[in-house]
Amino acid sequence: MSTLTDPPNTGFRLSMLINDTRYRSLTFQVIAAIALALSIWYLGNNLIQNLRAAGLNISYSFLGDPSGYDINQRLVEYDSQSSHMRAAIVGVLNTLLVAFLACITATIFGVIAGVLRLSNNWLVSKLMAVYVEIFRNIPVLIWIIIIFTIMTAVMPGPRAFRGDNATSSMLFDLFAFTNRGVYIPMPWFEHGLFASAGMNWLVVIAGLIGSWFATRRIGIWATAKQEETGVRPKTLLMVLGVWLVPFVLLMLIMGLTWEVPALKGFNFKGGIKIGGPLIALWFALSIYTGAFIAENVRAGIQAISKGQTEAAAALGLRQGRIMNLVILPQALRVIIPPLISQYLNITKNSSLAIAVGYADITATLGGITLNQTGRAIECVLLLMLFYLTASLAISMVMNIYNASVKLKER
Amino acid sequence: MADNKNNSVAYVAETMLPELPPPARETGVVKWLRENLFSNATNSVLTIVSIIVIYMIAQNTLPWIMNGVWQAPSLAACREVLEGQSGACFAVLTERWNQLIYGFKYPVDAYWRPNLAFVLLLVAIAPVLFFDLPRKMLIFTALYPFIAFWLIWGGTILGPLVALLGFAAGGYVFQTFGKGSFAVGFFGGIVAAFVVWGIGGGLIPEGASENAMLTAVPSRDLGGFMLNLMLGVTCVSLSVPLGIALALGRQSDMPLIKWICVIFIEFVRGVPLITLLFVASVMLAYFFPPESTVDLFLRVVIMITMFSAAYIAEVIRGGLAALPKGQYEAADSLGLDYPQAMRLIILPQALKISIPGIVNVAVGLFKDTTLVSVISMFDLVGMIRGPILASTEWNGVYWELLGFAALLFFVVCYGISQYSQWLERRLATDHR
Amino acid sequence: MKKTVFLGALTVAGLAAGAAAAGTMDDVKARGKLNCGVTTGLVGFAAPDANGEWEGFDVAVCRAVAAAVLGDPKAVEFVPTTGKTRFTALASGEIDMLARNTTWTFSRDVDLKFEFVGVNYYDGQGFMVPKELGVSSAKELDGATVCIQTGTTTELNLADFFRSNNISYEPVPIETNAEAQQQYLAGACDVYTTDASGLAATRATFEDPSAHVLLPEIISKEPLGPLVRHGDHEWGDVVRWTLNALISAEELGVTSANLSEMAAGTNNPEINRLLGSEGTLGEMLGLDAEWGKRAVAAGGNYGEVFAKNIGEETPIGLARGLNAQWTEGGLLYSPPFR
Repeated sequence: MSTLTDPPNTGFRLSMLINDTRYRSLTFQVIAAIALALSIWYLGNNLIQNLRAAGLNISYSFLGDPSGYDINQRLVEYDSQSSHMRAAIVGVLNTLLVAFLACITATIFGVIAGVLRLSNNWLVSKLMAVYVEIFRNIPVLIWIIIIFTIMTAVMPGPRAFRGDNATSSMLFDLFAFTNRGVYIPMPWFEHGLFASAGMNWLVVIAGLIGSWFATRRIGIWATAKQEETGVRPKTLLMVLGVWLVPFVLLMLIMGLTWEVPALKGFNFKGGIKIGGPLIALWFALSIYTGAFIAENVRAGIQAISKGQTEAAAALGLRQGRIMNLVILPQALRVIIPPLISQYLNITKNSSLAIAVGYADITATLGGITLNQTGRAIECVLLLMLFYLTASLAISMVMNIYNASVKLKER
Repeated sequence: MADNKNNSVAYVAETMLPELPPPARETGVVKWLRENLFSNATNSVLTIVSIIVIYMIAQNTLPWIMNGVWQAPSLAACREVLEGQSGACFAVLTERWNQLIYGFKYPVDAYWRPNLAFVLLLVAIAPVLFFDLPRKMLIFTALYPFIAFWLIWGGTILGPLVALLGFAAGGYVFQTFGKGSFAVGFFGGIVAAFVVWGIGGGLIPEGASENAMLTAVPSRDLGGFMLNLMLGVTCVSLSVPLGIALALGRQSDMPLIKWICVIFIEFVRGVPLITLLFVASVMLAYFFPPESTVDLFLRVVIMITMFSAAYIAEVIRGGLAALPKGQYEAADSLGLDYPQAMRLIILPQALKISIPGIVNVAVGLFKDTTLVSVISMFDLVGMIRGPILASTEWNGVYWELLGFAALLFFVVCYGISQYSQWLERRLATDHR
Repeated sequence: MKKTVFLGALTVAGLAAGAAAAGTMDDVKARGKLNCGVTTGLVGFAAPDANGEWEGFDVAVCRAVAAAVLGDPKAVEFVPTTGKTRFTALASGEIDMLARNTTWTFSRDVDLKFEFVGVNYYDGQGFMVPKELGVSSAKELDGATVCIQTGTTTELNLADFFRSNNISYEPVPIETNAEAQQQYLAGACDVYTTDASGLAATRATFEDPSAHVLLPEIISKEPLGPLVRHGDHEWGDVVRWTLNALISAEELGVTSANLSEMAAGTNNPEINRLLGSEGTLGEMLGLDAEWGKRAVAAGGNYGEVFAKNIGEETPIGLARGLNAQWTEGGLLYSPPFR
């Protein structure tokens, strides 16, 4: 926007503040700044006056006090004598856990449903359409409640496993499906290398990482060999060996044993318990968000022109490889940006855990702690801070990934 | 060659064979089945699995629905009627229908008011949704909020009237002065509206609501599905203008305004709606002037509006970004200033592109209105989880109630998304 | 529906701001309605019936206060609050008083700056278990899964109880009573714990109440009472003495049946002072002389309110127990009206 004639040089007039483009933006910004400052001052002043009138103050010292309540699902050490801060951390970890699990399963559901919806099997594609429409058009809160109710009403209680004529029995005597959760056998080491179980698992993980690096080395070696001789050596047995031998050895050395859950007293004891609320929330979030992801996947696949499929077919690729090698890699670029926002939605929707009694951050910090201490403002602010940080972190990570798969335009 | 008719040879057919029907496997149902259901092994397996799934669902739910009891005063009575058979107890729906739809406090003799408001809503929203309808209907759309407010909340008609006059005055001032300078008209309009509201608000006699034509209903008494609909409609219609402003602000060259908008949008999009509702229910009261009370409905409307405005702003930003740069340059070259360019060139096109996205946000928002049940508002889900399931008569009727809620939301949301798809198809042709 | 809501409420807010700054009592009188915070639904204490009328034990206290101050027991606006919202609602002035089975504790009284005006129900936290489990004492609950209705002091008491007895448990926190019930009935937890009165109320709604037993242990003191904002003593006095009036009325034998007869004057000066035919108690409170009469007339005396809403004749079937008059071995003891 260049002007041909210079504006007449007639000094500054007041009306220029609003009519002259050079000053106008400045005027507006000053007005906006004043309005912003005024409203902050107004709200802050009200807050101070209200708090003073009620005799309250803003203080975060309650976070150090013992919380006094127990949490049924905890990933870190916690008991009722731990601080409110610790309870909040337990909540944060639980939120991240359910969000992480739900992101994975929602992607799996979504991709399967999205691909099947484009299937040329009429019945299957219609079924998938029904799934997508039903789940997309009913509030997630209702789904969470429904699935939780199904969990508690349909699954047998531990009582049903008791007695000689029990109505339910454990699957293979290893897994117990109850309305309190699913109990699965827990592996542990009889004579581990270290005293703590965590260290032993770290050793196992280190071993697996080592195997992975070895596999990569084998791959590189095979490629080099292929380039040299034109024949790719068969590496399957080597890879298998690299993965299995150290793993089996480790397990034998440390004496892997399985602790099988058994009904003792009121509950199943032993093994790993995956709590009912976690399962309900996890499943509800996955299947709800899966419906949205299915639509994203479908749109992504449809965005790839048919010529690509035909070209791939002309090259003689099989149906499955066309999908894997040609269509999906290209569709991924279209799918990933909406996928990021679906992941964000899962994280945010996990806050509905309070409807099923899952101890996420909204239920601990924003629920029981808030109720017990009455520190509403502090708790809600901390709660928002956490979600904001989590959202920004997720979108940052996913954006980096997105940038890496993006079409490199030159 | 001429006589080969006579020299007919044995192996030449004399008569044309009649057309045979195509093989059974290539026609009708069989062909369709073969092509669509059993084209190869995987497909056949998928088909059989699907049929089994459908059969199992139907086997479990159909008798339950068919056996449903529609008339019974309580769950116990319902179970007596069923005599141990599996069957739904839909009686809870008929028995508590009014509570599910209107909440438990809305005066019974005033049910016609929300009903009428709902019918009028359809009329008012029609010209917005369907461009073919006469544009004059938009006048009614503009009047609708005031009519609906009066119908649902009742009380004196003077309140909505003053509000309407304020908008009218603001609009008039804007029309008059806005031609010269947009900013003058805009701010003048706002000032004019506030002057009218101030004067008008003072003129409304105290206690005018006491014996008004329609009994005043406090917003606390609203509930049921009506509350969901009201929150949805109110917040979406309020957040569209706010969203446009935020989107424009985010694109602005003025750093301060841009940053205010960016921070607002990113903040709101980064937190779950439920925390914003907590803000509305436990925090916001501290930010209003001391001794004043703003009712929960309004606080919730403020927070949900902010929430959806941030999402709508992002949709519109997408629409703005999708416009070719030439459009902006063309507007500039015509000598239009910023408000003119936006109003006449950019926004009409950008909004058109954004409509499907906005409708998606609206559907999402409407579904999210169920979250208000968490902060002790009795919307449809709140009614079910609270008073109805807690009552002695209907303690334990989950599926019927939840299924009903799911069905209501499905009908509305599916309807809207079908509209959105229709619109998308229609708008798509316009661009070719 | 759209913008006018905002404007309408803004004017309301403006009016409220203008008229306020006086005490709660003047606000209530000016408004002509009492805003009373109650629970979102606990049968017997506060729950809307099929017609949407609130009824229950806590509701009766609200109605009595409204009758005393405004002369009309129906002039109450019931504001349903959750465990989370109740204190903010009271602190921010959204409600004038809170009658939501709230336990009187030190920190709520002192740290949160509220004033408990008395106790209308002496409760304690108890346990309910299905009879078939064969549990007879809470100490046998090692390893049990316990459903808790969150939002009150229950979680804390429970944690303390199990800790001090050195037994383990698994808590399942549930937001609403209805959902906790569902969990408990489906066997997703072995035990349901909340205030004993709430347990009785809940059990009353079961299909087969006799299949469930309340364990003998009461693990906490839960004095439930109405509360008001700290600092507004005139208003606090009104609520306190309305509650005391109901209790005294029972002690003195004033019932809704003989109320008008008694109000004409008796030879018991305390009854006369309570019902306003003698003395100037009403005036001291800033009300008229007949406030006490109206408070009792609203729903009867304490005993009648109890019997009607949660007493042994009702499905909830609570015995008076601790909530009997002090003359009958209970804890109810109203200071004298003089």
